[in-house]
Amino acid sequence: MNLFELTIAEAMEKMTEGEITSVDLTQNCLERIDRVEGEVRAFITLDREGALQGAREADLRRQAGKGGLICGIPLTIKDLLCTKGMKTTCGSKILENFIPPYDATVVARVKEQGGVLLGKVAMDEFAMGSTSESCAFGVPQNPWKKGYVAGGSSGGSAAAVAAGECLASLGSDTGGSIRQPASLCGLVGMKPTYGRVSRYGLVAFASSLDQVGPLCRDVRDCAVMMNVIGGYDPKDSTSVRREMPDYTSFLVEGVRGLRVGIPREYFVEGLDPEVEKVVMQGVELLRQAGAEIVDVSLPHTEYCVAVYYLIAPAEASSNLARYDGVHYGMRDMHADSLLAMYKDTRSAGFGAEVKRRILIGTYALSSGYYDAYYKKASQARTMILRDFQKAYETCDVLISPVTPTPAWRLGENVDDPLSVYLSDILTISANLAGVPGMSVPGGFSRDGLPIGIQLQGPHFREDTLLQVAYTLERGLGVARHPKIL
Amino acid sequence: MKISREEVEHVAHLARLHLSDGELQKMTMQLDTILSYFEKLEELDTRGLPPTTHVFSVSNAFRDDEVMTSLSRQEALACSPQHTEEMFQVPRII
Repeated sequence: MNLFELTIAEAMEKMTEGEITSVDLTQNCLERIDRVEGEVRAFITLDREGALQGAREADLRRQAGKGGLICGIPLTIKDLLCTKGMKTTCGSKILENFIPPYDATVVARVKEQGGVLLGKVAMDEFAMGSTSESCAFGVPQNPWKKGYVAGGSSGGSAAAVAAGECLASLGSDTGGSIRQPASLCGLVGMKPTYGRVSRYGLVAFASSLDQVGPLCRDVRDCAVMMNVIGGYDPKDSTSVRREMPDYTSFLVEGVRGLRVGIPREYFVEGLDPEVEKVVMQGVELLRQAGAEIVDVSLPHTEYCVAVYYLIAPAEASSNLARYDGVHYGMRDMHADSLLAMYKDTRSAGFGAEVKRRILIGTYALSSGYYDAYYKKASQARTMILRDFQKAYETCDVLISPVTPTPAWRLGENVDDPLSVYLSDILTISANLAGVPGMSVPGGFSRDGLPIGIQLQGPHFREDTLLQVAYTLERGLGVARHPKIL
Repeated sequence: MKISREEVEHVAHLARLHLSDGELQKMTMQLDTILSYFEKLEELDTRGLPPTTHVFSVSNAFRDDEVMTSLSRQEALACSPQHTEEMFQVPRII
């Protein structure tokens, strides 16, 4: 039996009933990794021994009656969440040998609940990208089709879960980096409300936009993982002190009376007709299930890309100033002055996309340009936030595509940054407005590539998203496992 | 042109990066395209609008002033590329 294909819930049931152990399950994932990793290339660090040790401990915990929510479940972690004693590279040469002395809060929570860490997975360097091609340590491939991108920046997370190398993964989403790869790889991915999940120990890219979330095989697993990682953390000053529900209690089929909004600006020119068809099938299903479908407008959607690509690089240029070769990370040892050491270290350590964004951000914050760029963008962000507030007066949830097209070929667009930035248009507004967003598998293109459906809700309404997602999942019955690998 | 080669060079210095001639030429072109795209924001009348820097304004996230465990000096220094037993080392400044 292919244990690696199980969902978290299925595996938990089998372990509770004593049918399998965590060691069996972990061993099965490791064998799967041996078989497919040569093509999938999801891992930066694979910790075989640590994982098996973790599995043995989880089995003992379960026997002692002290199992947690994910006791014995093999998982992977995007390589920008600090893991004590395990390398955390951010997909960058500058952190190639960085071993954090502490765990990110979400990693600590995964361990508390008995999760087994298989290792750390690939990503665009510092999470800046939409294809994971800027990773300094190998580029993951889409398990559904050879030669196609897994998406980004959490591409390693998506590829690993879709290929059966682990049962679920933690990623991060600054402008779509969980939802987009989840959509391109046929998974359920959630970007929670800003402040719902702790950012402590998440290596910062754009602090006002970054949020950690899960990539899973189904909606139930997504709810379970949210129960594990969510909640207030005194170590993150932007974490919100607010009661957290049991997310699995919203896994009920039924959307009767729910108002589902279709944001007309999301059905734009350049939207692949196959993507539109899949989303409209989802809409039809919800209508038949009793939801009220309403037309809504988010009039400032067309400005989102410009706003995002000013604010995110501005914050990044400041956050990445810390990589100076002094406290951690690599250092160019040949320089004879401090300034030369800074410049040589940073120039050799960062890749092209990271340099590009640092330059954009530094320029936008520099004297004489601050008002025209950063301040203007921050004011436009207010308009985008208000668009959402207004839309949620007439609907409870928004439904739309996640990306304008299914996955594309590796190597396309590498030299045209603006065209890649524009492909983020449907996901970045959720980060700018801080609202929760989710990607749920909706169907496939004729070429066999997965197409996701995006759901967005008001702040802290992850519960509504899960309920709608669950209804879609049950009704659409989309295949879960790629056949080619 | 929205940005000149000299400006890119200056911004790179501010960001403590140096760029090769080839990189400089390519970055200038790409930044020019990207900055031109940002002109789109000029269509928006944002006069009098407050900027949004954080979606929820959590202000003064205080906690009680209690001593808690933190990294030991040894742990903090362990990740550094060059250090003595008690401090980080950098090239001569003066």
